[in-house]
Amino acid sequence: MNDALQTYFDQLKQRGLSPEREALLRAELADNGHHKSRELLAEPLPDGFHGLNDFCCLQEASEPQASYTTRIGSLEELLERDRRREQDGFPRKIRVGRLIKPGRGDKAKIVVVPTTVEEKFIHDRIRPTGEEGASGGSGDGEEGEVIGEQPVRPEGDQGGGGAGHGGGESHELESSAYDIGKILTEKFELPNLKDKGKKSALTRYTYELTDKNRGFGQILDKKATLRRILETNIALGNAPDLYDIDTTRFLISPRDKVYRILSRELDYESQAMIFFLRDYSGSMAGKATELVASQHVLIYSWLTYQYERQVETRFILHDDQAREVPDFHTYYNLQVAGGTRVAAAYRLVNEIVEKENLARDYNIYVFHGTDGDDWDTDGSEALPELKKILTYASRVGITIAEHPYNPGRTEVEKYLFASGLLNEKPEIIRLDVMKDDADEARLIEGIRKLIS
Amino acid sequence: MQLIDQHTKQIMEGCKERARAAGLRFQDESLEYIVTNRDLLELSPKMMIPTLYDYWVNDVEVLKEKGKYELYPGNPYETVINTRPAISFYNDNNPDWLNVMIFYHVLAHIDFFQNNLYFRHTWDFDLAGEALTDKRLIARLRAEHGRWVDYVIEFARGIDNQVGYFQELSQLHRQPADTMSRRLNYYFDVFIQSVKQVKISDFIKEVDRFNECMQNFGKLGENTFFAEVTRKYPEFDAVFAKSQSSGQQGRLDLLQYLMEHSPFLNRDENKWMKSVVEVVRKTSIYFQPQIRTKIMNEGWASYWHETLFLKDERIRGHEVEFARVHAGVTSMPRVGLNPYALGMRLFQFIEEQADKGKLTYDYQRILDAETRKRFDAGTATGRDFIFSVRENCADFLFLTNYVDQEFVDRHRLFVAGKRLNKAKMTWEYYVKSRSAQQYRQMLLDTLYHPPCITVDETKKNEGLFLDHHHEGQPLVQEFIANTMMGLEFLWGGPVKLRTNEVVTAPQLAEDVWAGMEEPEATWHTVIYTMKDRQLTKTVL
Repeated sequence: MNDALQTYFDQLKQRGLSPEREALLRAELADNGHHKSRELLAEPLPDGFHGLNDFCCLQEASEPQASYTTRIGSLEELLERDRRREQDGFPRKIRVGRLIKPGRGDKAKIVVVPTTVEEKFIHDRIRPTGEEGASGGSGDGEEGEVIGEQPVRPEGDQGGGGAGHGGGESHELESSAYDIGKILTEKFELPNLKDKGKKSALTRYTYELTDKNRGFGQILDKKATLRRILETNIALGNAPDLYDIDTTRFLISPRDKVYRILSRELDYESQAMIFFLRDYSGSMAGKATELVASQHVLIYSWLTYQYERQVETRFILHDDQAREVPDFHTYYNLQVAGGTRVAAAYRLVNEIVEKENLARDYNIYVFHGTDGDDWDTDGSEALPELKKILTYASRVGITIAEHPYNPGRTEVEKYLFASGLLNEKPEIIRLDVMKDDADEARLIEGIRKLIS
Repeated sequence: MQLIDQHTKQIMEGCKERARAAGLRFQDESLEYIVTNRDLLELSPKMMIPTLYDYWVNDVEVLKEKGKYELYPGNPYETVINTRPAISFYNDNNPDWLNVMIFYHVLAHIDFFQNNLYFRHTWDFDLAGEALTDKRLIARLRAEHGRWVDYVIEFARGIDNQVGYFQELSQLHRQPADTMSRRLNYYFDVFIQSVKQVKISDFIKEVDRFNECMQNFGKLGENTFFAEVTRKYPEFDAVFAKSQSSGQQGRLDLLQYLMEHSPFLNRDENKWMKSVVEVVRKTSIYFQPQIRTKIMNEGWASYWHETLFLKDERIRGHEVEFARVHAGVTSMPRVGLNPYALGMRLFQFIEEQADKGKLTYDYQRILDAETRKRFDAGTATGRDFIFSVRENCADFLFLTNYVDQEFVDRHRLFVAGKRLNKAKMTWEYYVKSRSAQQYRQMLLDTLYHPPCITVDETKKNEGLFLDHHHEGQPLVQEFIANTMMGLEFLWGGPVKLRTNEVVTAPQLAEDVWAGMEEPEATWHTVIYTMKDRQLTKTVL
């Protein structure tokens, strides 16, 4: 890949690396991928044809879509039913389905889909790895000829599955994030934020005598009133000589009296600022990225709910360099490549906070998702930056989506434990380690861990 | 939901006349409803049958999963449902000419429902009415037993693809016993084979003895034969009488087996569960033919809406619009399967073949390509022939019999493969094969085919022992636990399942060439045991 990375790698190597580490780092180094955005392409018809029906094909009707609110309404009942299932000794059955449907700009969509499958004895298909099932086709082409291709998207990003069907239930990120947060809080028994103290009291209104009103009000603004009267009388011709004004001849209209009145002012002071940090280095390919992004959506949703939408978000991606991206779409969609240096991301957070003076006005949350790999093995660069973050942040939550092949603890995990930060400041920094095949329930469990 | 207006109904009646004249056969009555999006939402999980019983899973958004796992027999929302009278659903904003086309399509569906023999078991009653009583039954039970009704529905539905649909059908098609008496059939087919389990040599001896009796005693032969039988097995008459009175012939399917033999379901306090299980079973059997005739049914309907529409004088001036919609429905996709397009072309192909007398041995014997091309026996029986195909085939036979190389070549069909290109990280679609054999196989692989799972009665003492007959496909693993937990509940004791699992998946070859052998998987046999809601697996 790039020279800078190579230089960094050489430096690390000089300091000494174990063979396995070196292999891992080399793999990332050699992988000449790019952080390209994943594009959603029109997919060919799905394998089976049993889903086609007269309504869609013949009458060109779109698939019926339940409105978002009915879904939530019934979700409550369904979850209640699910709880009872557990009491009756059967495993839970409802799953919160895919949540993200990224779109350009701020058009990212999140849809809560409670799903359940009816388990049956049915045949599974076995196919060679790397080969999907065959389907029908028609038209030109020799045997063996490639007739089209489609970028691989990590599985699970099923936005495409539902794409193209009406726009009925699609929601802007913000409003539905709020709903998801509500569900998360109420149904999955996520903790409410404890520090409801002064600092995080939000949407506070203050009443101040800031607005002006003519004619009536609480306090007469003398200076403004005088200015008005003067203007009026100049217009009336009552002050012919501006250097010798005879106020006795002035007329005073009631409308000239300017009062100050009490008005409700929004207090924007204590908002929450959330930094989402995602490792998009080469090793994050596949499930790890999916997991981190999903969890970040859930956290975002939940905090949106907690802070009644007074949340600002910053998205930072890092490999060995860190960069800020403008929206969730980009954050979610950029592909992995490159080496890993966690410190870069932390440093960028510190820079942003310093430059924009955020620490004074905001509750700052930092959520970092990684697979736990860091070229900076002992955290000598990352830890100082992290400590700095801890001085102002309300919470730092680090999620490590462990690869199954990773033996023992990951680098990040190791140096975090070694630093003792986790024990020193348990109220500020949290760590959650999960396997990268974790399911939704585990994700939510993770959030509980990070936030409680 | 409201009925279509008089004007539109008039169009429908006009369509019926013309369809009848063309040879379609269906009942006079039909009901047409306008549905809104909201109606659709409520109806679709119930397979458009408003009176189907309520079940909470239907409340969950299930559409996402549809088709993926062949969970739902039939279509989530078919336009026409197979009731008496047939009910069909429409958008409220279709123009008249489009309605004409849709009506023809619908009438062909109705004709298919009412004449295809795979629907034979649905001809004698009205599902809408029957479903309503079932719905009320379940509602009443729910009032008494609460959520336990839903558990029973859930667990019964877990194996509702194991219903004995073909057993049910075969009883309807059974020829009246002609020369052989029932007693004789029972004796040879069931009694000495299954009940007594005699050796083959003894079996042959009995057959010989029977033939001897018939030869020597003529009309009294059979009685003479059975006189000996009752002497040997005094219990025979009683057993035979019992087998006849139970009304059950042949093998019980899994749900029936549970109802008959489950100690749990047969407890007095649990008898109500059996009626729930029966409702689930009945409903499932009703929908079995829908999913097994998808290509034929849609093909048949598309064939007829095209044929009849073009002749209909009422729609002059809308040919271009028709062509657009029609092409949208019935064009062959570059990659993927379209039952409308495939079925319609196959029906047209069959008609043409039969017209020229090509579906004959004489034609099949000709090897010379040029002669084959010019072959025309002038039989002109194509129309009649497709009517008989419509009556006697389901998708499996339809595809197996009539998809040949000529058909594949004519429509330039091929098997489209999808493989991973690791260098570019893309999925590549490629032309895998243009051979009719492989194309047919690919089609057959996509057809609905539930696994065959039977009860192994020789292992009765181990509880309910199920055997999955290996057909080169494993079961979906993550579904096994919950399905078996349901079975354990319905059985009231431990349940075992013997099945095969893949040890090593086939590896992808570096190169693909025509006619290459597909890589093979290796298998081992495992037994799953569900006991106290815990699933364990032992490898044999």
